[in-house]
Amino acid sequence: MTDTTTRTTTMLTHNKVDLALHCLRPGDRRPLLLLHALGERTPDRVPGWAADWPGPVYGLDFTGHGDSTVPRGGGYTSELLLADADAALAELGEATVVGRGVGAFVALMLAGSRPAQVRGAVLADGPGLAGGPTGPTSQFFVALEARTTAPDPYALFELARDLRPPDYATLFVRLAVDGSGLDEPIAVTAIVRPPWLAAVVDEVGVVTTSLADALVAFAP
Amino acid sequence: MTSQYAYPGAVVPDREYDVASSGLRIAVHEWGKDADPPLFLVHGGFDFGRTYDAFAPILAAKGWRVITWDQRGHGDSEHAALYSWDGDLRDAMAVMDSVTGRPAPVIGHSKGGALMIQLADAQPFRFSHLVNLDGLPNKRRTPDVAEHERARMMAGDIAGWLDHRRRTASAERTPGTIEELAARRARMNPRLDAAWLRYLVTVGAIERPDGWRWKLDPSMRFGGFGPWRPEWTLLRLPGLPMPFLGVLGRELEEMGWGTLPHHVQPYLPPGGRCEVLDDVGHFVHIEQPHVVAGMIFELLGR
Repeated sequence: MTDTTTRTTTMLTHNKVDLALHCLRPGDRRPLLLLHALGERTPDRVPGWAADWPGPVYGLDFTGHGDSTVPRGGGYTSELLLADADAALAELGEATVVGRGVGAFVALMLAGSRPAQVRGAVLADGPGLAGGPTGPTSQFFVALEARTTAPDPYALFELARDLRPPDYATLFVRLAVDGSGLDEPIAVTAIVRPPWLAAVVDEVGVVTTSLADALVAFAP
Repeated sequence: MTSQYAYPGAVVPDREYDVASSGLRIAVHEWGKDADPPLFLVHGGFDFGRTYDAFAPILAAKGWRVITWDQRGHGDSEHAALYSWDGDLRDAMAVMDSVTGRPAPVIGHSKGGALMIQLADAQPFRFSHLVNLDGLPNKRRTPDVAEHERARMMAGDIAGWLDHRRRTASAERTPGTIEELAARRARMNPRLDAAWLRYLVTVGAIERPDGWRWKLDPSMRFGGFGPWRPEWTLLRLPGLPMPFLGVLGRELEEMGWGTLPHHVQPYLPPGGRCEVLDDVGHFVHIEQPHVVAGMIFELLGR
């Protein structure tokens, strides 16, 4: 399938933030939703690895990234990004989700939180995959210079060190398995396995595979 | 028109101003002489700085410049797009830096107490003394149920939170009379004097043609979920280098954690104390302001 379409953008409202949901290729079957990595933005065109997806392809710019609002004062958490992704899911109805880096963690959380609407989540390598510690630490806090252009330095700082206990991550796997009706709703293609992801791959309902094979398995 | 709701001992702050925290407006309130040594008060979740209107003057009368602030989204501070503990801690740093560069006593209630334990662990140089007022989370107050049932409850919590997030863009607090807002607050503060709750409406809510509304950002809600575990707060205690006092209320109520001294004792730092007040609930400083202030004066040596 050849991509020659210029993307179109819909602005969604999530609390006080305007989120950019980009349609990279229209269509009428189940969409593929791309969740970018930390410091990235939705690509301008359908990535080569997603070219054979039989449905439309969308990408969401998280808060503080791409064409979405850069808010003042920071306060980023993975749970906030989960709610960003849920706003996109509300717009699309249901989707198969591919997350890179921090987007992989969000894709996992979305699969567990909205299991009836997420028809497969693919967790891929990318910036922000590891996150921060798995328990309490004496991490220092700093105030950063405020800016209005993406990516927000607070997003880069806070989401690179947010807490990701392994048993918190596996909870979302179990919720996805219980609620999706899929035998293997989570596909891990990431080569790097931080503690939360190492725990995820040991769970029932998780398959380790290639990106291409994952998309074939989840295709509508 | 609100003078009829004046409360005995409650004093309007001597000074009120804003501090910028990464561009976010944080409202600060002070009691006492500007030249007196600073002492910080930190409020709990869903409260606001002026819930100290009756307690702060007792401290100020003893020769302290008492400073508190409204956490982002609370009271007169700006409603932010994002809320997190890291954000709250940075806002605290902005206020503290605007007042002094030297160590000062810090007193935190409930969530404010837990926040300050984390800040004291990360930045001990800011603290000369740390007092925690019923803000020592111990463990989640969840029913004793099987693991699969707990996961199902969690699924409901997460879906409920996400559903709430889908509605927040257009959310507004429900308007009402002063008496109605006080009655609503009484559900979460059942032991507090009705006259006190009515007074809080007059300083923590805003009046519009259709009634009074709490100033609290309507995007905030009780509950929620996340990776944080309440018992982690206690794990920060043993290494704290500054004099520490914890004051617990023995009566369990909605906003409290049910933590008792035997939960805290194993984690106290060297020389640290933990006191419990009988027949007192979560708001120890409001139910027994002079008793709690006396404990603080003893710790501070004045």
